[in-house]
Amino acid sequence: MEANVLAHQNGDVAEKPRIGVYVCHCGLNIAQTVDCAQVAEAAEQLTDVVISKDIGYACSEPGQQEMKDDIMEFGLDRVVVASCSPRLHEPTFRQMVQSVGINPYLLEMANLREQCSWVHMNAPEAATRKAVDLVQMAVSRIRVLQPLEEETLPLTQKTLVIGGGVAGIQAALDLADNDYDVVLVEKQPTIGGTMAQLDKTFPTMDCSI
Amino acid sequence: MTDVGRHPRITLHTLSEIKDVNGYVGNFDVSILKRARYVDENECTACGDCAEACPVIRPDEFNLGLSSRRAIFSPFPQAVPSAYVLNANECLGHNPVVCGKCLEACDKGCIDFHMSDKEIVEHVGSIVVATGFDVYDPTELDEYAYSRFENVLTSLEFERLINAGGPTGGEVLRPTDRQPARSIGFVQCVGSRSAKKGGNYCSNICCMNTVKSTLMLKEHYPDMDIKVFYIDIRAFGKGFEELYTRSRRSGVHYIRGLPGTVEEDPDKGLSVAVENTATGNLEIHHLDMLVLALGLKPAASTQRLQEMLGLQLNPDGFFLEAHPKLQPVDAATRGIYYAGCAEGPKDIKESVTQASAAAARAIRLMHKGEITTEAITSMVIEEACKCCGKCAEVCPYNAVTVDVKKKIPASVNTAACAGCGTCAAECPFDAIIMNHFTDGQILNQVHTALEESTQEKILVFACNWCSYAGADYAGVSRLQYPPNVRLIRTMCSGRVDEKFIWDGFRAGAPVILVSGCHIGDCHYIDANHWTEKRVKKVHKKMAKMGIRPERLQLEWISAAEGVRFAEVMDGMEKLRQSVTPEEIAETVQLLKE
Ligand SMILES: Cc1cc2nc3c(=O)[nH]c(=O)nc-3n(C[C@H](O)[C@H](O)[C@H](O)COP(=O)(O)OP(=O)(O)OC[C@H]3O[C@@H](n4cnc5c(N)ncnc54)[C@H](O)[C@@H]3O)c2cc1C
Ligand code: SF4
Repeated sequence: MEANVLAHQNGDVAEKPRIGVYVCHCGLNIAQTVDCAQVAEAAEQLTDVVISKDIGYACSEPGQQEMKDDIMEFGLDRVVVASCSPRLHEPTFRQMVQSVGINPYLLEMANLREQCSWVHMNAPEAATRKAVDLVQMAVSRIRVLQPLEEETLPLTQKTLVIGGGVAGIQAALDLADNDYDVVLVEKQPTIGGTMAQLDKTFPTMDCSI
Repeated sequence: MTDVGRHPRITLHTLSEIKDVNGYVGNFDVSILKRARYVDENECTACGDCAEACPVIRPDEFNLGLSSRRAIFSPFPQAVPSAYVLNANECLGHNPVVCGKCLEACDKGCIDFHMSDKEIVEHVGSIVVATGFDVYDPTELDEYAYSRFENVLTSLEFERLINAGGPTGGEVLRPTDRQPARSIGFVQCVGSRSAKKGGNYCSNICCMNTVKSTLMLKEHYPDMDIKVFYIDIRAFGKGFEELYTRSRRSGVHYIRGLPGTVEEDPDKGLSVAVENTATGNLEIHHLDMLVLALGLKPAASTQRLQEMLGLQLNPDGFFLEAHPKLQPVDAATRGIYYAGCAEGPKDIKESVTQASAAAARAIRLMHKGEITTEAITSMVIEEACKCCGKCAEVCPYNAVTVDVKKKIPASVNTAACAGCGTCAAECPFDAIIMNHFTDGQILNQVHTALEESTQEKILVFACNWCSYAGADYAGVSRLQYPPNVRLIRTMCSGRVDEKFIWDGFRAGAPVILVSGCHIGDCHYIDANHWTEKRVKKVHKKMAKMGIRPERLQLEWISAAEGVRFAEVMDGMEKLRQSVTPEEIAETVQLLKE
């Protein structure tokens, strides 16, 4: 554990990572501006990169299958997908690597679409240079990523409701009617809150209690 | 209400308040102080014999002092629990020698003078905060003379007056002479929408409450002269406009303008002076009674609960939700939800809607019987920790505990940690690791980005939720900006460690931008406050060292501000062009020393 911890802080490289890099065309969305093959070639030269290719649609079923096949065939243990924003497809690719036994936190994305091809449409060469950089940055990062685990903890299926006005009463009843235990705490001698003091209430103009 | 008392799954603690809450989502330990009722809650049948025997007479709070009660009483007939309650401060005799009349009167022997306050501990998985509101106290508004003239009432007092179960049986009588009122004025926005006194927000319910009151009055007393003094009438809800129109049609006078002064006439009537802003005239209105439509303010216990539960408040003092549009009933702290006026002034319908939503959110959290913690959390290197307490100070979630006095190293509660990484950035001893965004991982990106054509690069740090999303939005909108930008994503701008910036400049970066959510919009409550402080600190150091502070920029860019993101990038490029190779070389030299 200790050594692991320090490795973390210093950015030490895990033992001989085997990295796969996939540069997505996203149809023409990326490929029209960025020379994807050139980016893939550049990435192949990087330390610890075992395989690097360009690919039509990384997120499509065949795209994902191709990556999964490679992971198994080449014994990859980390994957860089250079495609769209991680805000869009990080969950997709995390699931993909997890399905073939790689920890989902050993997946890294380079954002070649929203933050490169789409915003530098008039400068294809500079965009390709940037794409190479973004992939290199992703590789330098993935070399020192660590697997992470989510923890599951037991939970008490009971709710504390603080305040017994109309809101607290409604919340307590909804929970209790769904078979959850409720502890309702009210500082006054009775529940009811302000509504108990009202006679007729808008908009129905009927009695409140 | 009675359903709550009867429900087998609801444990009701009245006369109770929360003393302390420990733990975190899924497993909170709550200690509750339950004050003594001095009457056996289960045995009491609310026959009322005790109260009849009690010699002590006190103003009745439920009727706001418009009637009286005894020292042993039931707040109102439908109270839940229905048991009577004894106010020990008013009772003459804990000691039966002094009084003890109620003891004798109670055949069932439900009264127990020796009952004591109890501390109850409950273990729960989620919490709904539904502490409601308090009404504004109008005594500070001397122009309305609430404390001087008896015939000036608050809207809540008026509610009791017109209530069939109230002190006058629903007859609207003037407090001074108990004669039926022939004319009544209502003053709107009392304690609301004012920059000077009370709140500056609209209290949401008082316009409609007044409209309701005027309709009830017209129903009982068609000839009554009713006037409403207002700024503008807010009848925005479903069916509200209809009620307002009905009120106007029934002959209620709506006068635009708030009273300047209220004076008492010899007959105890009131002279109300008001500038009618619709006509521009100064008018004097003679009225039998005046009702102040009170605004709603945060409940008295709000601040204590906020501290105990680690919650946030709006500037106006109500509880702040995790997101005003998309998570309107969630607190930023996982497992805590809001319902009703605790979150802001609202009517019954909205309170109930929000309560059902809060219940559904709590069920969504609890139904599996277990919770999954965030994997991207921070972690302490105990040997490196010097117990300074900085991490605990900066954590917006109270997820880090350190005992500074006893020198017990920091520990992170991973269930409470949301993963912003501010602690890791602020720890002066590098004793905290932010998983998945470690120093090493981020520095690798910094160095790689600056490896080639360094002096042409613009290095940008962007938080995942706002600025990175803003950059994505610029892309989706096909906005073009300089291609020499290299962006590094962190979950929160609070993660951007000073050393990332120094390392960037040392590696030859001409300019660096740190970007995050706007202040007040931070996805991690207020972690970006620390970003701001830190950047200021670095700016000062830069100036001292002779490095132009402008080369480090801080910008708040939201997820919707794609245009601004592109503009900021253009600005950064201009700035970069102003940095000469000599200047960069000098900085690199300075930082290497
Ligand atoms: C004069 C007036 C007239 C109104 N008329 C209407 C109307 O006609 N129609 C309409 O829709 N709305 C009306 N409203 C608004 C309505 O009263 C509120 O919408 C409603 O009461 C909100 O319910 P709540 O449960 O959020 O708060 P509350 O009713 O304030 O209940 C909060 C409860 O929490 C308890 N509590 C507070 N702090 C603590 C603590 N720390 N620990 C334990 N318990 C605590 C309080 O004792 C109280 O019982 C009116 C309001 C006023 C003031
Ligand atoms: S609801 Fe009407 S009376 Fe109340 S604060 Fe808003 S505008 Fe003023």
